[in-house]
Amino acid sequence: MTESLAITKFSDLANPTRFLALAARILPWLSALTALLFAVGLYLAFSTEGDYQQGDTVRIMYVHVPTAWLSMMCYSVMALSAIGTLVWRHPLADVSHKAAAPLGAAFTLIALVTGSLWGKPMWGTWWVWDARLTSVFVLFLMYLGIIALNRAMDDPSRAARVSAVLILVGFVNIPIIKFSVDWWNTLHQPASVIRLGGPTIDGEFLRPLLVMAVAFTLLFFTLHIMAIRNEIWRRRVSTQRRMAARLAGQEG
Amino acid sequence: MTALLLRDLKLSIRAGGGALIGVLFFMTVVAVIPFGVGPDLNLLSRIGPAIVWIGALLAALLGLDRLFQTEREDGSLDLLLMQEHPLVLVVLTKCLAHWLANVLPLVIASPLLGLFMNMDEVAIGAVMLTLLVGSPALTFIGAVGAAVAVTLPRGGLLVSILVLPLCVPVLIFGVSASYAAVEDPAPFLPPFMILAAITMFFAVLGPVGAALALRNAGD
Repeated sequence: MTESLAITKFSDLANPTRFLALAARILPWLSALTALLFAVGLYLAFSTEGDYQQGDTVRIMYVHVPTAWLSMMCYSVMALSAIGTLVWRHPLADVSHKAAAPLGAAFTLIALVTGSLWGKPMWGTWWVWDARLTSVFVLFLMYLGIIALNRAMDDPSRAARVSAVLILVGFVNIPIIKFSVDWWNTLHQPASVIRLGGPTIDGEFLRPLLVMAVAFTLLFFTLHIMAIRNEIWRRRVSTQRRMAARLAGQEG
Repeated sequence: MTALLLRDLKLSIRAGGGALIGVLFFMTVVAVIPFGVGPDLNLLSRIGPAIVWIGALLAALLGLDRLFQTEREDGSLDLLLMQEHPLVLVVLTKCLAHWLANVLPLVIASPLLGLFMNMDEVAIGAVMLTLLVGSPALTFIGAVGAAVAVTLPRGGLLVSILVLPLCVPVLIFGVSASYAAVEDPAPFLPPFMILAAITMFFAVLGPVGAALALRNAGD
C-alpha cells in the first residue's frame, strides 16, 4: 500500500506544473541550507590545522574530494534518469538527465583542476597518466560527448531517449573509476574515507571534509532542480512561440 | 540472417572497396608515426605494438558511421525494424559483417606494419592475436555509437567522439597483452583473458544497446 502511494507520488511529478510548484517550495530552503553548510564547511576548512607534511595545500582536498565524488554521483543520477526515460517514459527523467550533464561536466572539471593544482606541489607534476586520473578524464570526455549529442538533435524527446542509451552504456566506466586505485597500484592514493574498517584519515581533516561533501551534494541538487525548472520553462516558451507563430499565420 | 550477412558482405566489398580504404588509412597512420618520432629503430620497436593498436583502432572507427546510415537512407532499416527476427540478432549480424569486411583486413595487414616498426616475430604474432580477439569489441561498441547517431546528417565525427572513450579498456588490455608477450616478467595470459572477456561483454551489451537506440531513433 505504501509502495503504491510512493509510486503515485513519483508519477504525480510527471506533471510539470506540479514539479514547478514543488520546486518553488523547496528551492529557497535548499539553497539557504546549502549556503549555511558552505559557510560552516569553509570556516572549518580554513580554521583547522594544516597537515604536518602537506601544509596548507591539504585544504585543496576539501574541494577536490567532494567534487570528485559528485562527478561520479552525477553520472549515477543521470543513469537512473536514463532508466526512467527508457523504462517508465517518465517525462521529467528526459529533462533530468539533460540538465545533469553540464553540471557533471563542471564538477568533473573542478575535480581535475583542483587535483592538478594539488599535484604540482605534492607530486611535482601537473598531470600523470595514472589510472584514476585517466579514467576521470575519460568520464569528462563522456560528459562532453553526451552534451554534444544532446545539442546535435533537434527533437528533444528523441535526443533524450537516444542519449539515455548512451548514458547507460557509458555507465561501465563508473566502476572502473571507483576501483581503479585498487586494481592498478598507481600514484593516486586509495580510498581512505568510505572503506571497510572505518576511515583512515584523522578526525581533524574528516570533519570539514564531510561537511563540505554534504554542502557540495546539496549544491548539486539545488542546481539540478533549478536546471530542470529552467529547461521546463525553456520548452514552454518555445511551444508558446510556435503557437503564436501559428496563430499569426492563420490571421495573416 | 545468413542472407543478411552475405548481403552486407557483398555490399561492402563491391561498393568502392571500403575495406581497402580502411587498410590504406591504417597504413598511412602507422607510416606517419616515424616522421613524427624520428627513424630510431630501437624506439620504434619499443612503441610498435602500441602504434599498430592505435592505428587499427582509428581505422576500425572509420567506416562505423555508415553501419546503419545507408540502410536508413534507402529505407531498408524500417524493414529490418519491422521483421519478426529479434532486432538484437540483426544488429549482431550486421556487426559481424562489418567486422569481416572492414576490420579483418586490418588484422591481416598488421604483420606487415609490424615489420615496418622493426618488431620481432613474437611481438608481431602477439599484436595480430590480440587484434583478432580485441577488435570485435571495437565494432560492437561502435555499433552503439552508430545507432545513436543514425539520424544525424553529419554523425561521423560525433560517433568517433562518443565511441573512443569507451574503447579505452580494449586498447589498454590489448596493448598490455602484446607487451607482456615480449617482455619476460609479465605473464601474457591474464591481460589476454581480460581482453577476451571485454569482447564477449560488449558482444552482448553492444547489440542490445544499438537495438534499443535504433528503436528509439525511428521517426
